[in-house]
Amino acid sequence: MEAPLLHLALVGTPNSGKTSLFNALTGSRQKVANYPGVTVERKEGFFVTPLGRQVSVVDLPGTYSLRGRSPDEEITRDFVLGKASGESMPDLVLCVADSTNLRLTIRLLLELKRTGRPLILVLNMFDIASRRGITVDVEGLAKELGVPVVTSIAVRKGGTADLLRLTDEISAELDPEPQENKWRALSVSELRATQREADRIIADCVSLPSRPDTWTARIDAVVLHPVGGLLVLALILFVMFQAVFAWAQPLMELLNSGFDALGELVHDTLPAGLLQSFLQNGVISGVGSVIVFLPQIIIIFLFILLLEDFGYMARAAFLMDRIMGGAGLHGRAFIPLLSSFACAIPGIMATRVIDNKRDRLTTILIAPLMTCSARIPVYTLIISAFIPAKEVWGFINLQGLVMFGLYAMGIISALLVSFLIKFFMLRDYAPAPFMLELPDYKMPRLKSIAIGIFTRAKMFLQRAGTTIFSMMVLIWFLASFPQPPLGATEPAIDFSLAAIIGKAIEPLLAPVGFNWQIAVALIPGMAAREVAVAALGTVYAIEGGKEAAEQIGQVLATKWSLATALSMLAWYIFAPQCASTLAVIRRETGSWTWMAVTFTYMLVLAYAASFLTYNVAVALGAG
Amino acid sequence: MTDDNDTRSQIPLGLAQRGYTGVIQHLSARDAASALPDIELESRLIELGFVEGARVEILHEGIVGRDPIAVRVDNITIAVRRREAMAIIVA
Ligand SMILES: Nc1nc2c(ncn2[C@@H]2O[C@H](COP(=O)(O)OP(=O)(O)OP(=O)(O)O)[C@@H](O)[C@H]2O)c(=O)[nH]1
Ligand SMILES: [Mg+2]
Repeated sequence: MEAPLLHLALVGTPNSGKTSLFNALTGSRQKVANYPGVTVERKEGFFVTPLGRQVSVVDLPGTYSLRGRSPDEEITRDFVLGKASGESMPDLVLCVADSTNLRLTIRLLLELKRTGRPLILVLNMFDIASRRGITVDVEGLAKELGVPVVTSIAVRKGGTADLLRLTDEISAELDPEPQENKWRALSVSELRATQREADRIIADCVSLPSRPDTWTARIDAVVLHPVGGLLVLALILFVMFQAVFAWAQPLMELLNSGFDALGELVHDTLPAGLLQSFLQNGVISGVGSVIVFLPQIIIIFLFILLLEDFGYMARAAFLMDRIMGGAGLHGRAFIPLLSSFACAIPGIMATRVIDNKRDRLTTILIAPLMTCSARIPVYTLIISAFIPAKEVWGFINLQGLVMFGLYAMGIISALLVSFLIKFFMLRDYAPAPFMLELPDYKMPRLKSIAIGIFTRAKMFLQRAGTTIFSMMVLIWFLASFPQPPLGATEPAIDFSLAAIIGKAIEPLLAPVGFNWQIAVALIPGMAAREVAVAALGTVYAIEGGKEAAEQIGQVLATKWSLATALSMLAWYIFAPQCASTLAVIRRETGSWTWMAVTFTYMLVLAYAASFLTYNVAVALGAG
Repeated sequence: MTDDNDTRSQIPLGLAQRGYTGVIQHLSARDAASALPDIELESRLIELGFVEGARVEILHEGIVGRDPIAVRVDNITIAVRRREAMAIIVA
């Protein structure tokens, strides 16, 4: 008879390498990064041990205790204690420790022992410990703790071999009778006693040389300097936003010409008609106009991944804590907000590490104001069509500077909104404590960066192939039907549904300078922000007819006034259009109200900002 | 708890300057004007390794009011605000 599925759970202090271990065991690609609080969800994976035992392993958020103080820690607690609905308790708990820093994990392990679950202590990151000259008496430790102990190097090939072997050994002789769960929340004196006990055991079994990580100390001397540190942070952000614009250009031009050539090929090989129009205008001009932005998306992710893997994120949170406190934000909000530059969805999920409910809610509400990568196509398209590519002060690209300005506007408005929330809604606010481990720096690992970028690029292309593609089919259909009556002299598109709908909405948007084409593009743009670019691509391609080989940017430059272009940029600083973000807000806050609040306030701000921008620009003669 | 070998007076870590090194004497959550209840604050500090006898050193300070501080506790670095660090009595 085959042995039943063995259930493992990965528990440990934050940043000890649980997810790295999970990935190594199961071959998954869950997110790994060098700061505490990366994993905020429960993830299950499967593998087979060398002896052929089928195993299910669950990766959990890191925690210092089972008290469950924040939403992510509650997930871990509930899973370990078997409180999660529809879940049985794990057969075996792998308590994962950072070997360079055993104090907190061993205390956690002593607490875990009370749950009565069979345990293994995994001394992970053993490579770093050895390099620092830390030696561990593994057998002595196992005897003292009464728990099997094994070393591992999650990020090295074969680094989990010992763990696999031990799992096989232990699972063969697991007691089928579950032990009684004696865990209850520890009192302060019990906590203290367990920490003392942990310290005593460590003193007996671990030799710590007085050789701390000198690199970390040296880098921190600069990066955490009260003034220098903030300058470094500003410089990093500035270079990042400049790079998004400046570095991606050559590649984007290449992609652009590729799609142009493809469009022409379709135009020349297919007979004129609906199929030709669908492929050329709907698919290539529409979806292609979004795919062109892949290099920029990759660059922004590259920066964020590098900062995350290096260990900078926790430092940035440290530097910004009191500064953001002025706007009513908690220091821990910094990491979720910075990840929102890539996409607000993981950013909003990452707020689970914030234990104070109000701090968390404020962060969720403003996360969509951070300039996410889906706005990049819109910004870039308009900037390259309307802003000259001049150098200012000799080295800064004007287009890049405008891009930086738009990012800055996003940040400033987020801070203002947060300040208003604090001022009007959460007045009796007492600042929740900020306590955060600053991990040692680690050299970013090429493989994990490559995997991270690959995953993101794949997601972006998948979106282009699904959401954006289906929206394009819709737009193409609306813009092509009904077909004009024979002998009509006006452009064909004027007879289409798209024109009818667009012109019906136009009066609403006329005060902000939007024409009917923009009005139409904003509707499918509700699904995702970058769809608007694709929709404009399609609408103008159909409108342009034969000469549609022109790139959408060049078309815009002739059809829009500068005031309209600026107004569109202002709109997109706030633009509430992202169905998935709204859905995540609903899920994470557990309320439709907060979702509606987010949508409404962003819409109001978008309209107001565009109105102001448009009218000021017109008054200055840019109309 | 008094340490006979150490004649330095006891101070809250929240008042110490950058570069300060000392040993934790005891925790006194009542002395910190934290938003957290005393027991919760004390529990969290212990869970981060702030227990009696641990060596601490203030490595870095923030810019606004020299806050927060980055504290080396044995061999890890923890960022806390001075408000909460008032609960950690060192000498
Ligand atoms: N050198 C080395 N680095 C490791 C090892 N295991 C993990 N890391 C690195 O340690 C950091 C943290 O790893 P994660 O797997 O994200 O840690 P985690 O325990 O899942 O963290 P949370 O989800 O935040 O609780 C990453 O930068 C990893 O690349 C190891 O065995 N050796
Ligand atoms: Mg993790």
